[in-house]
Parts: sequence; C-alpha cells; structure tokens
Amino acid sequence: MSNPDPISVFRTEAAECLEQIELGLLDLTRDLTDRAQVDAVFRGLHTLKGSGAMFGFDALAAFTHHCETAFDRVRKGDVPATQELVSAVLSAQDHMRALLDTPNGDHEGVSAALLENLHRAVNGAGGEPVAQAAAGVLVADVPVADGVKQWQIRFSLPANAMANGTNPLALLDELRDLGECRIAADLSQVPGFDVLDPADIHVAWNVTLKTAQGRSAIEDVFIFVMDDMALDIKDVTAAVAAPAVKVVAPPITVAVSKPASAEAQPAAAPAADAAKGKQASNENVRVPAERLDEMMDRVGELVIAQSRLTQLAGGADDFGLRSVSEEIERLSGELRDTMMVLRMMPVASLFSRFRRLVHDLSRETGKEIELITEGETTEVDKTVIDRLADPLVHLVRNSIDHGLERPEDRIAAGKPAKGQVILSAHQTGGEVIITIRDDGRGINRDRVRAKAEASGIIQPGQTLTDQDLLQLIFQPGFSTAQQVTNLSGRGVGMDVVKKTVEALRGTIDITSRPGEGSVVALRIPLTLAIIDGLLVRVGKGSYVIPLSAVEECLEISIEEDLRSRGRSFISLRDSLVPFLRLRELFRTGTQPDQHQKVVVISTGTERVGLVVDQIIGDHQTVIKSMSKLHHDVDTFSGATILGDGGVALILDVAHLVAAGQQQEAQLRAAG
Amino acid sequence: MMQTQAMQTKAAANTMDHQSIWAGAEELSVLTFNLNGETFAIEATVVQEILDLLPETHVPGSKPFVSSVINFRGKVIPLADIRLAFGMEVNEATIDSRIIVIEHELEGEATLIGIRTDRVYEVTTLTRTASEPPPSVGMRWRADYIDCLVKRGGEFVILPNLNAIFASQGDRPAVANG
Repeated sequence: MSNPDPISVFRTEAAECLEQIELGLLDLTRDLTDRAQVDAVFRGLHTLKGSGAMFGFDALAAFTHHCETAFDRVRKGDVPATQELVSAVLSAQDHMRALLDTPNGDHEGVSAALLENLHRAVNGAGGEPVAQAAAGVLVADVPVADGVKQWQIRFSLPANAMANGTNPLALLDELRDLGECRIAADLSQVPGFDVLDPADIHVAWNVTLKTAQGRSAIEDVFIFVMDDMALDIKDVTAAVAAPAVKVVAPPITVAVSKPASAEAQPAAAPAADAAKGKQASNENVRVPAERLDEMMDRVGELVIAQSRLTQLAGGADDFGLRSVSEEIERLSGELRDTMMVLRMMPVASLFSRFRRLVHDLSRETGKEIELITEGETTEVDKTVIDRLADPLVHLVRNSIDHGLERPEDRIAAGKPAKGQVILSAHQTGGEVIITIRDDGRGINRDRVRAKAEASGIIQPGQTLTDQDLLQLIFQPGFSTAQQVTNLSGRGVGMDVVKKTVEALRGTIDITSRPGEGSVVALRIPLTLAIIDGLLVRVGKGSYVIPLSAVEECLEISIEEDLRSRGRSFISLRDSLVPFLRLRELFRTGTQPDQHQKVVVISTGTERVGLVVDQIIGDHQTVIKSMSKLHHDVDTFSGATILGDGGVALILDVAHLVAAGQQQEAQLRAAG
Repeated sequence: MMQTQAMQTKAAANTMDHQSIWAGAEELSVLTFNLNGETFAIEATVVQEILDLLPETHVPGSKPFVSSVINFRGKVIPLADIRLAFGMEVNEATIDSRIIVIEHELEGEATLIGIRTDRVYEVTTLTRTASEPPPSVGMRWRADYIDCLVKRGGEFVILPNLNAIFASQGDRPAVANG
C-alpha cells in the first residue's frame, strides 16, 4: 500500500503532464506569441520524454522527442508558432496518450503519419525533416571554430535539491557536453562536520565554458531547477580577449528569494510564477478515491452511532453524559462536513476538456465556435464530475452538430458568424445547475414531432405540452439528424444522457427558441452520499423521502380519504394532484392511521401526493445503495440506517412521480 | 433430442462447477448449517460472520427470495432465503435460527449477503473423494442449484451453487420434472 506501483504512478503523472500540455497548446491557439505557454508545453514534453524513457515507455519517449524538438525550435525562435503546428502537436498528444495506454501496441503507422504532419507544420512546404532537425539540436556539441565564446557560469543549488531528485553531476555533464569546460567547486559554504547534513548540497560551482552555443543553450541545462537555484551566466569572451572590465551581456540572475534585477525581469517573472504554481501543487496530496469512499463510510457509521448516543443520553439524567454526547454530536457533524468538502472538486476540471473538444469540432464541421465557460469554481462531488463527463460531451456535440449553423447561414440570419456555446455551472441550495447554452437555430419542434410520430413514440396528432415535446429527444432511439455525421452516433445517445443524470438523482430541463438557440439545464444534487430526508411511517415501516423533492404536507381525514376513493385526486389550490396510497402500494395490510398525511412531492413540473400514516420528522440520511439483488425494485433508490440501528428505505421520487402520472393517465382514459 | 442435449450440457456445466469449487484441492473447509432438516455447507472462506436474528426491514415489491434487508455493521445488506430457492417450507424462526453473512461476487462486485438458516452447526472439512455431482433425476430440487453432494457420516451434505442461485435471484423451479 505504501509503495505504489511506480508504473502506475508514472501513468498518473504522465496523464497529468499530457493534460498540462493540452491546456498549454489550447492557450496557444488563442495567443500564438505567448512565450510562457510555449515554455510550459516544452517543459511538459521534456518531462514526459524523460520519465517515459526512465519507465521503459520507449515508443512514447521516442515519439515525444520529435514534438519536443519541434517546440524547442519554436522556443528558440527558429520557427514561428503556427496554428498548424499547434494542431499537429495536439493530435500528436492524443497519440502519446495511446502510446501511454498500450506501450506495446502497433503504433508505427500512426506515429509516422503524425510526425510527417508535424514536420510539414514546422518546416512549411519543403524544409529539412524533423528527424534531422532533432539530430541538429541533440548532437549540437560539435564545436564550430568561429563564434566560440567563453562563458563564466556560477551556480548553486538549494540545499535539498538532491532530495528532490536533482543530480548536480548530471548538470555538470550536460555543461561538458556543450564544450570545453573548466569546473571548480566552491567549498566556502560547506559547514563544519558537527553541523554538516550529508544529504544536503553545500557546494557551489564556478564553471568556465567555451562553446559555440548561445546563452539559451546554457540556460537549458538548468531549465528544471532554475526556479529554485541561483544562476549567474556571464559572457567573458570580450573580457578574455581584451582584459578590460566590461561585461558584454547583462548578468541574468534568477533567484526566487531575491527580487530580480531590472534587466532580468522578463525572464524572472514567469519563473517566479512557475515557482508559485509549484508551491501550490506541493500542498496537494494524491489519495486514491476508494480510500476517500472508505472514510466516508466510516464517517457515515460514526454519524449513526452518534445519533444513537444522543438518544441514549437524552433519556438519561446524567448531565455529564449529555454534555459529552453534545460535544460528540458537534464534532461528528463537523467531521462529516469536512469529509464532504474533501470529495468536492471544481467543475473546472470537467469544463477544461471541452476546450479541446470544441477546437476539434470546429475544425471538423467548419463552423466557427466560441466556447465560453462560467462558474468554473463551482464545486461538485467527484463522482458527479466523473459520471457527467460523457453526457456533457454528448450535449455539447449535439449543440454544435445540430444547434449551431454554418457561418454563412448565421450571417444570413443576422447573427455573428461565430457561434457561441456557453457552459456554465452555479449552485442553488442543495443543487448544482449545469447549463449548456448555444445561440444556434434552436430545436425544430415540427421535426421532433414528425420523428416521434414516425418512430411510434407518440400518436399522430397527440397533444403535448412544449416541455413534453422537447423531452421527447431523450427517448431511446430518437435522432433528428437528417444526415449522420462524423459527430452524431458516437458515444452515448440522449437517452443515456437522461439515464445518467437521473441516476445521479438529477433532472434535465430544456428550453429552446427557434432561431435563438437552446438551453439544456442539468440539475444535480450537490452530494450523493448524504441527503436531507423526511422520515415517514407507512404501516410499521419507516421510509425516507428526499426533502428536496417535498413541496408540502397536508392532513387528509379518513372521511376525505374514503370520499376520494376511486378517483385518488386531491385538489391543491385549484389544481388536481394525483396521489398514491403508500399503504396499498407497499401492501402493508394495516389499517390507515386516524390522521393520515399527504406529502406532495415533485420533480420540476410534475407533482404527486403520497399518503403516509405519520410524518416523523426530518432526518439527515447517509445513503447506502441497495445490492444488485434488489435492482428489480425501482420504488426505492437506496436505504439508510436510523438512529436505533433499524433500516429505512429511501423512496425514488422520479419513479413514484412517474407511477402517479401513469395512474392519472389511466384514470383520465377510464373517465 | 434437444432435451437430452440440453441435459448433457447442463450436466457438463455442473461437472465443471463441481470441479471448480474444489479447485484441485482434496479437502475443503466448510461451514455446515441446517435448512428445513437438510444439512447444507458453504465454503468457510466466504463466510464473514454468523449473526443472531436481528430486526429486518421488509422491502415492498421485492422477490420473496430476498424480501428484506438488515443493518450489518452500518451496511445495508440483503437477506436471502435459499430455502425458497429449493422450494422448502419456511419454518418460523426459532431460538436456533441464525443469519450467515457471506461475501459473494454479484456481476463482478463483491457483495455482502445474509443467508437465513434454521441452525448453524460447525466448521468442518469435506473430502473430494466423498463428493459426487447432483443426480440429474430423482431430485426435488433444481440440479443447477447444487454444486455437489458430499457423503459424511451416513448423510449427505449439500453444497449449494450460490452463483446459480443468486444469478437467477432464486427463481422457483418450474416444478421439477422428476
């Protein structure tokens, strides 16, 4: 457990590395001159190459090497960053993922094609092949007689550098590779033996280097340690030639602890930023999700045990016990809240992948698309993020494929040529609402109706509310696309989107205006593990109704109940609400309570009343899922453990509402 | 003709199961228990715990085979009655009634399941040489619900095939034909 498989650690890190590269590349597509991003991408590629080779992913390392080389040339200003290059590297980056997943697969053909692509992007129509360019950079230590300069380099590393994996000897070797080197160690900072920590570095180095390479080549040697070290590079060629005290190039001093000098600021600022980022990421701990889940289970059990303690203490006269019990109640409540926060992740991690998707779709469809994301800091349970990824991809694809028009059509309709897709997230109460909005042509209701009639989902001419009509697109086997494009038919269908959202106890609303676009709103509960519930009694059993679905509670007398028998409707402020007698539904075989209650629940627009014997009160519920043996029972979405150790089942609101609507439809048909 | 084939296939499948539970070993450590007068046995390694009867929660709308759930150490687990799978009469709970909690893989997911028993006997060792596959005729029970029968001290110990029972969710036999 404490020694995780190094290969899997590498995979995780490489995946992150690729993500960083992708983000950098996407930022570059906006601003091709962004030096910081070019550097970030280069650094990412370099790390990937290095660690890939170290862990035996040779194909990955070799392939990445070419991309790195290409970016190195961009970084040095040899070639400009172009959209073609960025796109080529983006697709190459996908291939790296494949190489990472199946290192032993047959990737030769794809690799060659992608490299060819890359090569064209770097060199324009006819330049030198990438491979040669690579060789040019890598085997650059062939000294050229003229243009050789002499450099005076002084560097010192932070004391803990070796613990972080830096090998000073390797740095010196790299310097030697650049040209003729004279290296002298500066031992002046080495402390006495009594205080010497042998794992720390106390030595600084003075190096005199003769090389034809420029300053940047020397800086590159230190690229991965530059953030934390002190480095001083001076061009002393002139000083050697004519011993005048004249420094040709201003010294570049990069040190995080000291403010950078005025001349060095452009170089120092990004480095400092990078250092800041590094610090922030160092404070994170990577924990496998299962461990969090285990801990969540324990906390859940603690909450249950605590509520039993509270009950016991409440019944006893012992004040000492009571105060301890209250203390524990507060602590376990706080622990639970903390635990919930641990599982929360900003939706930014969900949204970020759409930039890439939109970039690709824009190229594939020839539509100009702008993706706007809002509310990226909104936090959602990690499980929600994981499970929503595929449905959201589908919805965004749909918006782009079916919603947005071609640029010429948009201009003809008086809209800007560039279509907009807005992804936004915000939190209201216990729910997170994620919306996908486009400014395209909107949903063509006639086509939806025609299609639904053709496929037998609705009767010809059946009257439907607008919302019902729009919801038809979530029916299995429904598609209005007149032609099957590359986009549609991939991944999940809209019915799967709806199922996934419902499995997360969420709902989908659609609004659409012809010519103005559509809005799909996913309402997802904030957390999956704990809900506020209303505890009710039906017969002898206790059941929990999710409080978020409860609209109101009414009393219904036996007389009213008898009178309404046969129609099962109550009138609630001038509208009829169908109701279900849970006693009958659950076949309890008990007599109705004298004071039955109706709990009115709703999912968005539809309502249904549930007749229960007694309302016990609200109850914080740790949701336990039911085993696969009970998957055929769809009246319940889960179970929870009560304060006395008993089990209460949690009612599945969506299912009950559907059952109520069905009953209503039957009654209407009969009456 | 078809039927014979089907029966042969079934017999072959049973033999395979029969072999797999022993996994090449000559001896198997099991927990024996009583269901309606018959002695059954479950591999001891899957048994998590033996519980006294505790409050059950009925799940309306579920199959009688798994009609309730219980709270097992803070987890909600189903309580299965394999007597129903074997078409046995369900006796009233007695002071000897126990629940055996086992860990069983359902569709690739390790699941804790409680099994009602009339009485739990002991952990003992069964030998493979004394075992035989269920006879294909002359039995009241569905043959595929039984892994093998093991002779032990003048009586047969029944090793139920839990995979088959839970996979079909304890559907009652369509009145066994022999």
